[in-house]
Amino acid sequence: MTLGASLRRRAAGMLLATLVASLALAGCGGRTGPGASGEPGAQQAPAQTGENPASEGQQGLTGPIVIYSGRSEELIGPVLKRFTETTGIDVQVKYGDTAALAATILEEGDRSPADVFFAQDAGALGALAKAGRFTRLPDHILNKVAPRFRSPEGYWVGTSGRARVVAYNVDRVDPAELPETIWGFTDPKWKGRIGWVPTNASFQAFVTALRVLESEDKAREWLQGILKNEPRAYENNTAALQAVADGEVDVAFINHYYLYRFLKEHGEGFKARIHFMTGGDAGALVNVAGVGVLKTAKHQEAAFKLVEWLLSEEAQRMVVQENGEYPLIPGVEPPFDLPPLDQLKTPDLDLSDLDSLEETLNLLREVGAL
Amino acid sequence: MSRGATPRPPFWLVAPATLVAGATVLPLVYLVLRTLEAGPAAWHLLLRPRTATVVVNSLLLAAAVTVAAVAIGVPLAWLTTRSDLPFRRVWAVLTLMPLVIPSYVGSFAIVSAFGPRGILQKWLEPLFGVERLPEIYGFFGAWLTLTLFTYPYVLLSVRGMLLRMDPDLEAAARSLGWGPVATFFRVTLPLLRPAILAGGLLVAMYVLSDFGAVTMLQYETFTRAIYVQYQASLDRALAASLSLVLVAITTLLLVGESYLRGRARYARVGTGVGRPVTVVRLGRWRWAALAFCGLVVCLALVVPVAVVVHWLVRGLAAGEPLQLVWRPLLNSVTVSAAAAGVSVAAALPIALLSVRYQGRLARFLEKAVYLGHALPGIVVALSLVFFGIRYATPLYQTTALLVLAYVVLFLPQAVGAVQASLRQVNPHLEEAARTLGRRPLEVVREVTGPLVLPGLFAGFALVFLTAMKELPATLLLSPIGFKTLATQVWSATAEAFFARAAAPMLVLILASGLSLALVLEREPSLGRTGRSAATWRRPEWTEPELTPPGPTG
Repeated sequence: MTLGASLRRRAAGMLLATLVASLALAGCGGRTGPGASGEPGAQQAPAQTGENPASEGQQGLTGPIVIYSGRSEELIGPVLKRFTETTGIDVQVKYGDTAALAATILEEGDRSPADVFFAQDAGALGALAKAGRFTRLPDHILNKVAPRFRSPEGYWVGTSGRARVVAYNVDRVDPAELPETIWGFTDPKWKGRIGWVPTNASFQAFVTALRVLESEDKAREWLQGILKNEPRAYENNTAALQAVADGEVDVAFINHYYLYRFLKEHGEGFKARIHFMTGGDAGALVNVAGVGVLKTAKHQEAAFKLVEWLLSEEAQRMVVQENGEYPLIPGVEPPFDLPPLDQLKTPDLDLSDLDSLEETLNLLREVGAL
Repeated sequence: MSRGATPRPPFWLVAPATLVAGATVLPLVYLVLRTLEAGPAAWHLLLRPRTATVVVNSLLLAAAVTVAAVAIGVPLAWLTTRSDLPFRRVWAVLTLMPLVIPSYVGSFAIVSAFGPRGILQKWLEPLFGVERLPEIYGFFGAWLTLTLFTYPYVLLSVRGMLLRMDPDLEAAARSLGWGPVATFFRVTLPLLRPAILAGGLLVAMYVLSDFGAVTMLQYETFTRAIYVQYQASLDRALAASLSLVLVAITTLLLVGESYLRGRARYARVGTGVGRPVTVVRLGRWRWAALAFCGLVVCLALVVPVAVVVHWLVRGLAAGEPLQLVWRPLLNSVTVSAAAAGVSVAAALPIALLSVRYQGRLARFLEKAVYLGHALPGIVVALSLVFFGIRYATPLYQTTALLVLAYVVLFLPQAVGAVQASLRQVNPHLEEAARTLGRRPLEVVREVTGPLVLPGLFAGFALVFLTAMKELPATLLLSPIGFKTLATQVWSATAEAFFARAAAPMLVLILASGLSLALVLEREPSLGRTGRSAATWRRPEWTEPELTPPGPTG
C-alpha cells in the first residue's frame, strides 16, 4: 500500500462521502419532506394525517385540506391562497395532470390522502364518480350552479366554464367566411387549413357531445369529412393556437381561454382570434373544470367549505380574470370581451352524458384520427 | 489460461443484487396484477391491427435514433479524447450538455425553430420568399429530436471507455505502421463495442419510453398509445396490458444486446508502461471536425437555450416578474443527487455479479434491472403508488419513495456505466488481492472500487442529470407541496405561460450543466492529455507483488 494509495484513497473517500451524503439527504428528505417545502400548512406529513381522523372529523374545519389538482398552480394557486387567508383553513396541494391524478386516486383506494379532487374536465370527475370515489355535495353548494354544469347525482360541481371555439388567423381568414356550424368545415375549401387536437380531453368531449346530440353515424361522418380535408393534429390546444397564429394552419378547434393567455404574453399583435359557433350544435359545447370531495376525505367539512368558497363571487372573479374562463355563478361577468355565457348558442346537453369516452375513443381510432 | 467453470456467486453479492432487482421488478408485478383485471378486453386491444402498427413504429424509431446517436456519439467521443481538436475540453462539456434538456422542452424548441412556419422560416421568408419549410412532424422530426437529445448517452459511455482504454494497444498498432484511420477502425472501434452497445441500449430504451417528444412531433409510438389509454379512458387495466408489450420488447432488446456483446473479454492483461495517449493531429480536417461539433452543439444546445431565452425576454418585456426558484432548485438537486447516489450503490453489486459471474442468476438479475427503464414514467409511478400506499404507508409521498422511483427508472444508466468500467478491470488483480489475504468486501473496497471509479462517476452523472428533468413520477410521488425545477417548468408550460417557464428552465439547464462540468472535472482524467495517462496509469498496480502471474488467454 505504498504507491499512489493516498490519491486513490482520496478519490474513493470522496465518492463514498458523496454516497453517504446522498443517502443521508434521502433519509432526512423522507422524514421531513413536506415540511421541507417551507410553506405554512405543509408541516404535517400526509401519512400522518391518516392517523387522526376522529379528532379531525369532529371539528372538520381545521384542515389542512389535501387537494389533488389537475388545474395548475399558475391558475388556482392564488385562489387557494386567498381561501386560506379568508377562512384560516390550510390547504396542501398536489399538482399534476388531471388523468394521472385521477388514476392515482383510483390506485390509492380507500387510503388516499386526498380530500378534494380538482379536475380540468368533467370527464375525469365523471370517472371518479362512477368508481364511487366521491361523496355527495350538500344541496346549498350544488344549487349555486346551473344543473347542466354539475353532476346530476350531486357528486361534483363545475367551478368554471370553457367554451369550444374556432381559432382563426386574422390575416388569412375573414371571420365572415367562418361557417355557422362545425359541419361547414367538412367543405373542401378548408382542405389543408384545419388544425385539431384529437388526443385532447376537451376535443374528445366535443366528439362525445356530437355522438350524443346527433348520432354515432353522424359523428363518424363529421370526422371522416374533416379527415378528408387533411387536418393537422397538434399535441395540445396551445400548440394548435400557436400554429394558427403562425399561419401553419388557418383555423383550429380549441377551447376559448387559451387566446387570452397568448394575448397577455404576445400583446395585441398576436395573429389569432376566436370565433364562437352559432349553430347550437356540439361545436358550441361549454364544458367545465370542477371539483369533487372524496368519500374517504378526512376533512370533509373543510372540503365542503372550500368548494363553497370556489363558487363565491370573489373566487369566481379571480379564476376568470386570471385565465379567461367563464364564471358559473350569476352576478359575475365574464372577463375580457367575451360574450355572456347565456348568449352562447350552446347545445342542450347534460355534461354527465359525456361519460361514454370509451366509445368516442373507439370511433376516433376507427376513423384513423388517433 | 482457461478459467474453468464459472464459480458460484457469493452470498454477499447475491443478496444485495437480488434486493435491488426485486425493487426494479415492482412495476412488472403491478402490471401483471392490473392486466389480469382487464380480462378479454385486453386481448381485444392487443390483437387489433393498430397495435402491430404502433409496435413497428416504435421499433423503427428506436432503431433509427440509436444508429444516428452512435454515428454522432462515437466521433464526438474520439474527437474530444484522442485528437488535437481546438478547445477540446470546452467541446467535451458542451457536447454532453444536451443530456440535461428535457425532451418536452427540446421538442418544443425544435418545433418553434424548424416548424413549417417557425423561427427559421420567418428569417428565410424575407430573404428567399420561403412560404413554409418542409414537414417536421412525424417520423423525421421525432427522429431528429430524439437523436439530438439522446446521443450524449453514447458519447458519455464511449468517452469513458476511450479514457480508460490501454493506450498501448493503439500505440502498438501505430508502431506497426498503421495510420490513424486504420488504427481507429481495427483497434479502437472493436474495443469500444461494449461501450457503444451499452450507450445504444440506453438510447433505444429512452426512445421506447419517451412521451414528450413523440407527442409534440406527432409520431404515434407505443408509449404514446399507453398515455392515451390513461388520459382518455382512465383505464388502468388496458394501459397495463399495453405496457406489458413494452416489457416484452425491452426483453428482446436486452437479449439482443447481450448476444451482440458476446463473451469477449476486454480487461487489459499486461501492466503496460506509463505513456500518454497518442494525440492524433487533425491537420486540415480540424475545420471539418470543428464544423461537426459546432453543428451538433448548435442544434442540440444553442437552439433550445435560445428559444427559452427568447421566452424569457418576451415575458420580461410584457412585464412578467422574474420568479426566483431557489427552493425548487434545492429540491431538484437534493433528490436527484440522492437518486444518483443510491443508484450507483445499487449498481455495484449488479455489475459485479453480471461481469464477474456469468451464471443464469447473474444474467436474470441484470436484465430485471433494465425493465423499469423502458417503461413510461407514469407506469412506474402508479406501480409505486400502488405498493407504496399499501405496504410502505409511512414512506408514501415522502422523498424516499420518490428517490426509489428514480432508481427504478434510471438504475440501468448506472449499471451500464459501472459494467463498462468493470469489464476493463483485470479479474486477476482481484484474485491477487484475495491471495494476499484480503477479504472479498475488502477487495471491493480497496481494489475493484477504486478501479471502477470512473464508471461510478459516469453512472452518478447520468442518473443525476436524468432525474433532474424527470416529470411524471415526480408529480405523482413527491411529497405534497414539493416543487422541483421540472415541475415548475411543467406547471407553466401546461398553461402556455412560457415566460414563467423560462426562468426555471434556464436554471435547470445551468444547474445540470454545472454539475456535469464538476463531475467531468473529478473524472480521473479529462482530456488533459499529458497528465491523463499519468494520473490514470494506476502505477500502484505495477507493484511487483500484485502483478498478475503472466498473460491470460
